[in-house]
Amino acid sequence: MPLRLAAKDAALAAFVALVLAIPLIGFTTHETGSGTIVETRFRWVAIAVAVVFAGRLAWAFVPWRARRSSAPRLVQHRKLNTKYLGWLALAGAILWPFLPFASNYLIFLATTVLIYIMLGWGLNVVVGLAGLLNLGYAAFYAVGAYTLALAGQYWGIGFWEALPLCGVMAAIVGVLLALPVLRLRGDYLAIVTLGFGEIIRIVLINWQSFTGGPNGVNDLPLPTFFGMPFSARAPGGGKTFAQFFGLHFSPLANATERLIFIYYSILAVALLTNLLVLRLRRLPIGRAWEALREDEIASRALGINPINVKLSAFAIGALLAGFAGAFFGAHQSFVSPESFNFQESATVLAIVVLGGMGSQLGVVLAAIILVTLPEFGREFAQFRMLLFGASMVAIMVWRPRGLLSLRTPSIRLPEAPREAAP
Amino acid sequence: MSYFLQQLINGLTLGAIYGLIAIGYTMVYGIVGMINFAHGEIYMIGAFVSLITYFVLGVAGVTWVPLALALVLLSAMGFTAFYGWTVERVAYRPLRGSFRLAPLISAIGMSIFLQNYVQLVQGAQVKSMPPVIDGGFHLMETNGFVVQLSYLQIMIMLTTVALMAGFSIMIAATPLGRAQRACEQDMTMAALLGINVDRTISTTFVIGAILAAVAGMMVTLYYGVIDFFIGFLAGMKAFTAAVLGGIGSLPGAMLGGLLIGLIEAFWAGYFNAAYKDVAVFGILILVLIVRPSGLLGRPEVEKV
Repeated sequence: MPLRLAAKDAALAAFVALVLAIPLIGFTTHETGSGTIVETRFRWVAIAVAVVFAGRLAWAFVPWRARRSSAPRLVQHRKLNTKYLGWLALAGAILWPFLPFASNYLIFLATTVLIYIMLGWGLNVVVGLAGLLNLGYAAFYAVGAYTLALAGQYWGIGFWEALPLCGVMAAIVGVLLALPVLRLRGDYLAIVTLGFGEIIRIVLINWQSFTGGPNGVNDLPLPTFFGMPFSARAPGGGKTFAQFFGLHFSPLANATERLIFIYYSILAVALLTNLLVLRLRRLPIGRAWEALREDEIASRALGINPINVKLSAFAIGALLAGFAGAFFGAHQSFVSPESFNFQESATVLAIVVLGGMGSQLGVVLAAIILVTLPEFGREFAQFRMLLFGASMVAIMVWRPRGLLSLRTPSIRLPEAPREAAP
Repeated sequence: MSYFLQQLINGLTLGAIYGLIAIGYTMVYGIVGMINFAHGEIYMIGAFVSLITYFVLGVAGVTWVPLALALVLLSAMGFTAFYGWTVERVAYRPLRGSFRLAPLISAIGMSIFLQNYVQLVQGAQVKSMPPVIDGGFHLMETNGFVVQLSYLQIMIMLTTVALMAGFSIMIAATPLGRAQRACEQDMTMAALLGINVDRTISTTFVIGAILAAVAGMMVTLYYGVIDFFIGFLAGMKAFTAAVLGGIGSLPGAMLGGLLIGLIEAFWAGYFNAAYKDVAVFGILILVLIVRPSGLLGRPEVEKV
């Protein structure tokens, strides 16, 4: 682009920025004892406009854009070689806690990433495979976490006993929601799930006598190592983890051991999840999900019962969210309704879509990016959610079909044997 | 009876505001087929621009209330329209023709961005504004309970009705409205017939933002307090209203808005205020089970 055009374009962008900045950046109000005073900050406006102008001007001369011409071109699908990437990621995940730089914080972060990967894989079944837009996924996540918390509080059930219960409860809630609303199409379903997510959250906040209300539940049951707790003393005269392995007990080392154990537990469950989803995709039910996503009428004509198929997708998605919720509860050892707001559902959906719908590895990549991205900005905490939102937009504009957008056909017909030439 | 009447008035006022926001959702959905998640934030920005303009006018010495309100309205509409236009240009236009969920994620990202942007530049604390229009009619009084219809409520309802009427005429009888309806039916065909589709879509976003700005200004006047988070819940309820009325239908959006406002007011008045949002979403689910395409929506014809 010639300089003159680029400058004109940048000037336009700067003008837009000026108009946008004047009311919200240029002025602000402060309430003082004697009334509200108006503060002007025109210097900020000038800075914002200058940044936009410079950025837009630089953008015009970015080398990779220069190659783009307006002439139509063949769409090329670059095939990413993802064959070994998955194994590499797995090896990295297994070795992670023992890498030299691994600190408690990094293991904690990796556990959070794994929880989101599980959530992403669960939602991937619903959105990516079955094509049902679910905007209230955090509700099932919440059911899982609260089942763990409340079962521990009222019945004294331990983590591993409660884990299946968490999944099953979430799945039951999922089916109960899905039964009446599965007839709805596309975005109607989306808004109903969104509303449902809010309903669950509001009930959790307001049903104080049962759920503890906005304060949440403390002291969730922590996972034990085959019945051996991670504590100084085992209840009931049993052995603790440290005693059994002859480790010296110290609170600090114990915390690390527990952290690593939770990390490996969720890694194992996540891998099982992955295996389950990969297998399900090849079963008739998985094919039915994808068929239904592609064309509901055609699959009905072929004898697929859409209600049953959608129900199963919803139930399995909810089941996985329930498991993830249980791990989330154990990981934080605290749950409150605010952990399950719409932003949570949106983040998981963003992970699925950014990863490339239906791609298991894409979910992993997107989860790593979206969970660690806000962590980088800890120093400028005010900006991190701003950057999070902006990068969601930017990634979508850059790769609308997700990072790993390759969609493999789930069945590959063998090459027809060539007829021998006569 | 008088309590009922009071809740009815409050509900209608609230419903008018929801309806105005819902129109923005329903129009965008009708044309582009996407849920504009950032629309709630546009409304929030409208509220902030109104409040800031009001105080700036106070500093500038404009104290005659009708003139001040008119200027606030103009400023809110103008600046918010610019925000609506920019959001479309930055986050949605590059994704046009892309697959269905991409604009949705982009919209969610935009919504998070705008919320945090306003929090950053205007602070997280609640901003309040003194009541500008005082007084009202005392309609009736029973057992010491006075039913009030404030001038502000009358103004909100009248403005809404006027905007709705003007808007319906615009859609039905102006070239812009025709272009919008054409784009809604078939974008490619409309483009072939010489309609500038991009401009029509931009205009739709701008109109939606203007209506949201009006709603934002009225909320600022009505409640007197705003913060950066008001857009989320209001946006969600307005979208619920649009779906309830049948998405893509303008009278439906208005009807849905009124219904949501009434449900909320009556539930809060007669039952438990903490569960009023549950009631709203619960009724939405019930309505959709009975009428899957909303109250006034055309049933979607499934085509192979």
